[in-house]
Amino acid sequence: MIKFFLMVNKQGQTRLSKYYEHVEINKRTLLETEVIRSCLSRSNEQCSFIEFKDFKLIYRQYAALFIVVGVNDTENEMAIYGFIHNFVEVLDEYFSRVSELDIMFNLNKVHIILDEMVLNGCIVETNRARILAPLLILDKMSES
Amino acid sequence: MALTVVSQIFPREMIPAVLPLIEDKLQHSKEIIRRKAVLALYKFHLIAPNQVQHIHIKFRKALCDRDVGVMAASLHIYFRMIKENSSGYKDLTGSFVTILKQVVGGKLPVDFNYHSVPAPWLQIQLLRILGLLGKDDQRTSELMYDVLDESLRRAELNHNVTYAILFECVHTVYSIYPKSELLEKAAKCIGRFVLSPKINLKYLGLKALTYVIQQDPTLALQHQMTIIECLDHPDPIIKRETLELLYRITNAQNITVIVQKMLEYLQQSKEEYIIVNLVGKIAETVDTYAPDNAWFIQTMNAVFSVGGDVMHPDIPNNFLRLLAEGFDDETENQQLRLYAVQSYLTLLDAENVFYPQKFLQVMSWVLGEYSYLLDEETPEEVITKLYKLLMNDSVSSETKAWLLAAVTKLTPQAHSSNIVERLIQEFTVSLDTCMRQHAFELKHLRENVELMKSLLPVDKSCEDMVVDASLSFLDGFVAEELSQGAAPYKPHHQRQEEKLSQEKVLNFEPYGLSFSSSGFTGRQSPAGISLGSDISGNSAETGLKETNSLKLEGIKKLWGKEGYLPKKEGKTGDETEVPPVPQESIIMENVDQTIIKKDQSQVLTQSKEEKEKQLLASSLFVGLGTESTINLLGKADTVSHKFRRKSKVKETKSGETTSAQNMPCSYFSSSSDVTYEDDYYLDTLQDRGDKELNKFSLNSELLDSESLTELPSVEKLSSCTLSTPSLFTDDMEGLHSPLSTAASVANEISLASSLLEETSEHMHSDLVEVCNNETISVSSYKIWKDDCLLVVWSVSNKSGLELKSADLEISSAENFKITEQPGCCLPVIETESIKTFQYSVQMEKPFTEGNLFGFINYQMMDTHSLQLEFSVNLSLLDFIRPLKISTENFGKLWLSFANDVKQNVKMSESQAALPSALKTLQQKLRLHVVEIIGNEGLLACQLLPSIPCLLHFRVHGDVLALWFRSSCSTLPDYLLYQCQKVVEGS
Repeated sequence: MIKFFLMVNKQGQTRLSKYYEHVEINKRTLLETEVIRSCLSRSNEQCSFIEFKDFKLIYRQYAALFIVVGVNDTENEMAIYGFIHNFVEVLDEYFSRVSELDIMFNLNKVHIILDEMVLNGCIVETNRARILAPLLILDKMSES
Repeated sequence: MALTVVSQIFPREMIPAVLPLIEDKLQHSKEIIRRKAVLALYKFHLIAPNQVQHIHIKFRKALCDRDVGVMAASLHIYFRMIKENSSGYKDLTGSFVTILKQVVGGKLPVDFNYHSVPAPWLQIQLLRILGLLGKDDQRTSELMYDVLDESLRRAELNHNVTYAILFECVHTVYSIYPKSELLEKAAKCIGRFVLSPKINLKYLGLKALTYVIQQDPTLALQHQMTIIECLDHPDPIIKRETLELLYRITNAQNITVIVQKMLEYLQQSKEEYIIVNLVGKIAETVDTYAPDNAWFIQTMNAVFSVGGDVMHPDIPNNFLRLLAEGFDDETENQQLRLYAVQSYLTLLDAENVFYPQKFLQVMSWVLGEYSYLLDEETPEEVITKLYKLLMNDSVSSETKAWLLAAVTKLTPQAHSSNIVERLIQEFTVSLDTCMRQHAFELKHLRENVELMKSLLPVDKSCEDMVVDASLSFLDGFVAEELSQGAAPYKPHHQRQEEKLSQEKVLNFEPYGLSFSSSGFTGRQSPAGISLGSDISGNSAETGLKETNSLKLEGIKKLWGKEGYLPKKEGKTGDETEVPPVPQESIIMENVDQTIIKKDQSQVLTQSKEEKEKQLLASSLFVGLGTESTINLLGKADTVSHKFRRKSKVKETKSGETTSAQNMPCSYFSSSSDVTYEDDYYLDTLQDRGDKELNKFSLNSELLDSESLTELPSVEKLSSCTLSTPSLFTDDMEGLHSPLSTAASVANEISLASSLLEETSEHMHSDLVEVCNNETISVSSYKIWKDDCLLVVWSVSNKSGLELKSADLEISSAENFKITEQPGCCLPVIETESIKTFQYSVQMEKPFTEGNLFGFINYQMMDTHSLQLEFSVNLSLLDFIRPLKISTENFGKLWLSFANDVKQNVKMSESQAALPSALKTLQQKLRLHVVEIIGNEGLLACQLLPSIPCLLHFRVHGDVLALWFRSSCSTLPDYLLYQCQKVVEGS
């Protein structure tokens, strides 16, 4: 079960955060800073899974952007690790060579994509064409 | 889009309104709509599973959908449902296996492939479901062996996602019923993971190994070297995982090394959560496997100094208990204790070292108890050290209390003690009332050395402390006081009331304060703790064993005969200034207010009487102090419960409706009752008490069923209570005679005979055979009694042989509370005879259906014992009884209930009228019809033991509008489901 999904850059600014379990707003910032600190403290040789309090963090770094997913211990870490990459691939396809700026200025679209892929803490869709289908329809509507 | 929103944020109250719309969408032609609808239903299932119960069939349809997406979405629902109840979905194993086979075989559309792996996350989800289904179930597991083998073989590509699948596969292989070939393959896989240079894989491998090792420790041997390497790995996460792995394989031989490694890690880590976790694990392993004393103490020292104050409070408690109780070998115990004392003294010698408070507390206790074992160092030196600590500002007041208690214990052993005097001087003026009290106690104890020695015996911490919970030794005193015209004891709430009404007349102020601040069960005052450790140590947890020398012991060991004195004086002298000390409030809560009040007024004039009283007061103070410290509160509760019960009986016996005020009064004064009370409490031994209680309830039940079944409840109640006293005397006899068997046998006999009557008088189900073999057959039936559900199993012996020691056991189920009726273990079942066992079952939380599992054990002549398993299905309806109330009461109740559920149900044509609908509800659901007004009806029922539920319904054409309200939040949902079934079904 996925607890939260975070996109944070190296400076510790949160670009996107989505929680699948209720966390109080003021505690979120605290949690995010702790999470990013523990991610930044790790080197490339170390593994991408961190045991953090009573749950696990799985992170992946893309240029200056970290994607961190918090899961409980029933989840398969490697599956999430692969899933993060899948998510980035989808973003890449939609934005054609995605960058941090794309995410900053099209946050709503990133959210739509993420909602297609994860619901209530479960991975629900991984098929790239299907994930993007609703978004493309929306785009078409706004153009016409 | 709306469906996506639905599955993200949705209040459970709105589900009934939207549900039909979403159900429609399940048939939509577009796959995306269908998929979203399933996901929305998943959300509903998450927040309110009982509201979507009726559409489970539609989930099955979704599982067989021609589109992969829809099928995948339904898997989430199944995963959850199977997790809750795997046995209900075994029949679907075949479908899951087929689906997985198709996925693995690449039968899916190409766009589902991810890096040429077919739908990896889908595979993982399926594997997880299979793992749950196949757990401990050979037959289901056999279905999956092929497909698991296939997925292990296919997932050979070098890609992260395939590793994830492999990991899940291994996990599944080890959770289902084992098959050697697959295990071998899985083990090979793990080997590949562990040996991999990629760090993430290594982590995964270790994790898998940790999981696997519980079943197959030999696998660890193969990877020994890798594990050792991982231990020194630069990445702390890998290290953690390795330690976790080692923790699982700890045994007596490798403990030293493993704990050493754990401690090393512990000293490096800073995060609180990790420390707490690891300290707990170390303490646990050390407790179980410690090889020798010195090592044990040293390790625990290290644990205490690092873990310090964040650790779980059980750890120091366990440690102290181990020290106090020791092992079988007495010399070894002494050595252990001696070593502990020595090591603590050396630790305390070190200057400028700060230890965590918990560690200091442990030290002070050990030093106080076992310093006498030291040869070369005198108690004075130890006291000096403790004194130094006491003067230290960084020590918390709780720890100071512990320290002072240790000093008190040491004082009688010391010959001259200037330091003690200095200490007393220092602390009698302390601002902390607790400390001040301790100091006073110490001071007065010192004046009476003899008493002190008897009170603080050397090395007696382990002996069981005797507590007279009834305070029976006070009875004489109380009677005396009462005859002198003292006010009878009044319970707390009553005093409060009186206080309110008489505030101007009587000044209750100081007492009032102390009551409100006490809350004696929850609060364990530091003083109470240290006191407890003084007398009995934490070790007295082993339970308070009642002995016959009860009174003597209770007084002999009393703590603070004199110690209590100064406080009293202080209080009378200056009532407002001394804030009430927690212990005092404990006493006041529990004990006769009279004593203390009397004390106060007479303290100066009648010194002799006062002394006696204080003796009593402090002896009971001991009892309470210890009791609350040792966490025997549960027991205390049951005692008071019984007490209440008994007094109620007494109430009816005297034939008066006495108020709460008079009741204890009469109880105390009537001498016969007092003797009874004494006797009763002599037997507070837990099991005995339970047994007795059982018997008691049985008796009343017996009466119940024998004498009246159809009588109105009021009459029933009165006759029941009227007849109890006679029983009650029976009980007493049983209690007094050491062999109470006679009474219980008599009970059994009458029970057996009453059973048959019962069966005929109450509604009951038909006899259903639940299991049989060539020798016995077990059948069961349910009796729907007014106050409980009685499940009766009758075992008949078909063979021509006698069956020995037949024993029927019902395993406890999570939703049920099962009470065994006596007579369940029969020594012999004679040839071709029938014996019955009965259990009363109560529901602890509402649900639709549940199974009760049990088995019967028996022994044939000359053969070993055999076991036969069976199960009985119980539904919610078994626990529903009509609630007979008037319309007026209905209205009141209706307004007081917060949880309501509304739903429209379509009726089948045959019964599209109010009367017929009513009849069905009344008959099938056992609802009570309160009133019918026009086309509306009021019904009421209750879930046993006493959760009421009200139903209002109205008929429009062929639609029945149901509206439930109850005090329980889930009950209406379940009832609605049942109603729907009944109304739509017929």
